[in-house]
Formats: sequence, C-alpha cells, structure tokens
Amino acid sequence: MAANAFRAALESGTFTVTAEVGPPRGADPDVIERKVTALRDWVTAVNITDNQSAVVRMSSWAGSLLVRAAGVTPIMQVTCRDRNRIALQSDLLGAAALGLPNVLVMTGDHPKFGDQPDAKPVFDLDSVQVLWMARMMRDGKRLLSGRPLSSPPDWFLGAVENPFAPPRAFRAARLAKKVAAGAQFVQTQYVFDIPMFAQWLAQVRDLGLLERCRILAGVGPVLSVRALDHLQHRVAGLYVPDDVSRRLLAVPAAAFENEGLRLCAETITELSKLPGVSGVHVMAPGNEHRVPEILSLAGLGPMQAPMQAPMQAPISAPVLAPMQAQTGAASAH
Amino acid sequence: MSTGSNAGRKSSPLAAAAGTAAPAGPRPVTPKVSPRSMYRLHRLLEPNGGYRLLAGWLERRPGLSRVFTRAERSVKKELFGCRMCGQCALPLTGYACPMTCPKQLRNGPCGGVGTDGSCEVYPGTRCVWLVAFERAEREGRSADLTLLQRPIDQRRWDSSSWVSYWQGRDEDLVVRAGE
Repeated sequence: MAANAFRAALESGTFTVTAEVGPPRGADPDVIERKVTALRDWVTAVNITDNQSAVVRMSSWAGSLLVRAAGVTPIMQVTCRDRNRIALQSDLLGAAALGLPNVLVMTGDHPKFGDQPDAKPVFDLDSVQVLWMARMMRDGKRLLSGRPLSSPPDWFLGAVENPFAPPRAFRAARLAKKVAAGAQFVQTQYVFDIPMFAQWLAQVRDLGLLERCRILAGVGPVLSVRALDHLQHRVAGLYVPDDVSRRLLAVPAAAFENEGLRLCAETITELSKLPGVSGVHVMAPGNEHRVPEILSLAGLGPMQAPMQAPMQAPISAPVLAPMQAQTGAASAH
Repeated sequence: MSTGSNAGRKSSPLAAAAGTAAPAGPRPVTPKVSPRSMYRLHRLLEPNGGYRLLAGWLERRPGLSRVFTRAERSVKKELFGCRMCGQCALPLTGYACPMTCPKQLRNGPCGGVGTDGSCEVYPGTRCVWLVAFERAEREGRSADLTLLQRPIDQRRWDSSSWVSYWQGRDEDLVVRAGE
C-alpha cells in the first residue's frame, strides 16, 4: 500500500495544508479531477465531504478514489446522518480495502438543511461512538458486535471540533473525549476569531491532547457580501466576529474579493505562529481554484516534495476485476 | 431564551417551502425539574436486592409491566421529554435528555450550536447539551459528560429503563472514553 503522505506530514511536524473538495451533484468524475489538479502541488491532502449540508452528492468514498487518481492523498469524510452502525462499519472496511486510510468522522448536518428534509435522520451512532468503534476495530481487531476482524484496517482517524460554539467551556473537553475515543487529528470549524481560538487551544494543551492529536485549524476565504451573509446567518455554529465583517464591508465592493483573500492569508499566517497548530484546513466551496492564491499570499509556496504518482495500482485490481469477469461471461453467451 | 434574528434567517428555503412541516426527528427539551432534586431522588432509585426482585417480578407479568412502563413514560415525558429509549442517560447528563437532541447525540453537543445557544435545527430552542452542561457544571458533575456513552441498543425502545437499570443491564452503557 502507498505510504500515507498526510499522516507522514503530520508526524514529521511540517506545517500541513489540507483543502476541502465537495463532490459533484452528478456522476461526472472530471469535476473532482479538475478541482484536485489545481490543488495538487499546494496541499498535502484533500477532504472529500460526505453529502455536506445534507445535499445529495457523489459518495465520499468514490470521490476519495478520484482524488487519489488525481495524485493527491484523500481524507474521506464520514457522517452519522445517513448510515446505521452496519453500514458505517461496512463502508469503513471498504475504504480501508481500497487504500483510503484517512477518515474524518463527524455528526453531519441535519437533513433539515439539505435538499431532502423529508429523509430519515439516521444518527444511529454519534461521532464519538464511531471513532471509538473504528479504534476498537483497528486496535482491538473486533467489530462492534464483538466478532473478530480477520484483517484489521489501518485507519488514521480524524475528528472535527468547533471551538466557537456554546458551551465553549466544554469544547476542549469534548475534543478530549474524541481523542480518547480514537481521534488522531482534528480539523476545526472556520477560524475568524484568533484570540478565541487560542483560548481553546490553550485548554486543549492543558488537557495534554497535543501529544496525541494533531490540530489543523479550519480557514476559508470570504469573497463576496453574499458569502459573508451566508456564513454569518446560514451556516450553523459559524462565528464571524464584528471586526472581521466590518473590515470586509469597509472596502469598496470591487475590492471585497481581494480583501477576503488577504484576510484568509493573514489568518493562516497568524495561526501558523500558534504553538500546537500543525497546519490549516482550507475550505473554499466553489472556489477551490483560489486556494493556491491564498496559500501563496500566506507565504506557503507550492510543495517541493514530489507527489505520489497518479492512479496507484491497488485500486484498479479489486475495482475492475469483477466487471471484466462479468463482461467475459456475457460475451461467452 | 432569545428567538432573535438568527431564528428566521437560519431555516432553509426548502424547509420553508414545506410549510409547517417540522424537521424530522426529536426536538430539544429543557427539563422541568432541578438537577439537584433529581440527583437526590436518584439515590432512592439505586439498584438493590429489593428493586432487583421487583424488576424480575414485573418482567414475569406482562400486564403489570405495561402499566409500570406507562407510568414511567408519563412521569419522564412530562419532566424531561423522555422518548423511552429504554437506556437512560439522564443521571450522567445533568438530567437533560440527550435523546431529545434532533441528532440524538449521546456524547455532547454538535458543532452547530448557535452563538445564542440555539439548537441548529430548532432556532430559538435551547440546545439540550448546552442545558445538560450548565446543569451538570452547576452541581459539580461536569466530569460525567466526559464519559463515553456507548451505542444504544435500538431494540430497547419503549421498554422500562428503570427495570433494566435494576436488572443491571445498563452496566456497560458507559465506559471511560480511553477504554
């Protein structure tokens, strides 16, 4: 199996950049390839969201395979909204078998926010329980049922946290719970308030979590007044302090976009100075192509290390073999 | 509790299009009784030989069991919004029921809690985990919230959690998170 570049980067202590890519609302694989190609030389890994905002999209494991085919290490997101414990274990095992060890576990947005508010919200397990279950599968070599697992997977498990949502005094303790359950890295909600983030980080450090879990701070550019309004009012749990919105709204409309890019770059620079921050996770839905510009403004040039070759061998064999067999059988008749 | 500016703006256009349809799943409930009185009352309910006998005796009598379970339901529904998951988390959540969370989270709040403390699914209604945290902290019980609540047994819905508790069936419901 190919070495896990994401895990290696975090373990080596280099400042690590990841970015988020939403899969398309369709079956076109080129969408992901295009977005990932633009990011390839700039980020260590790319997150593939799992039907984010409860909107139906291409599945995150399929998207993750396409990310890898485009030459970047994928981080597969898994939510608890659409799958019960049987499906979760099965998908996690499938991901491991396909060579997708980086898994980011989260609760997931409620169906209310998406295009199918009529769907059953599953939430059979919560994110802490999934992390715990995955760790027990990996380290305890047992399924949730207690049955032995013949070939335990080698997952690198991630969690999310929102340092800005109430009860703020509990947020570090909640991360501690996730780390104890199994989280080895965490990606946070968008950071717009650095002092508040630093407060949370200090609590995280005091709980001794930095030795066991790498922190990637979430950032993202605000490129229009509409985007600002969306983030402030339509994204649950997102906190944009007044001085940030004032700064963005103070510039002429034509300069808004540049100011947004600069603000994001400055945030990255500030975050990189905080001891305990292992990297940043850049979320720019619909604007993935602007990520290199932001990173370059932040002084994080393209990566020097050669990327892994596109389309690693292990996936083609199991994925294609049965189809070929079927075709063969069909033509024999 | 403010039902301020966030409330109207947060609901999606699609939810609005569905008219008066409420989001699928439960709705957060703030308990009607103080956590202190419940911690006190809990001491009276702790399992002992007598309760175990009573539980076993009840379980052999389906009719009586139903009456008992109905009584448990009406008391706990009134006080906590209990939905009868049958494996009670209340003593470890400041007596605020996590199964009234629209995502039924057993291990703490999601990241979508509004800055005003609103549930993301029901703006204007307080997040039940925020309530749980405040109640537990006030009583010096916040360490309870760091315990890992294991996945529930979905077969036990509508059964009496008191009977199960007295029968010792809840013993592995909670583990220390590192275990």
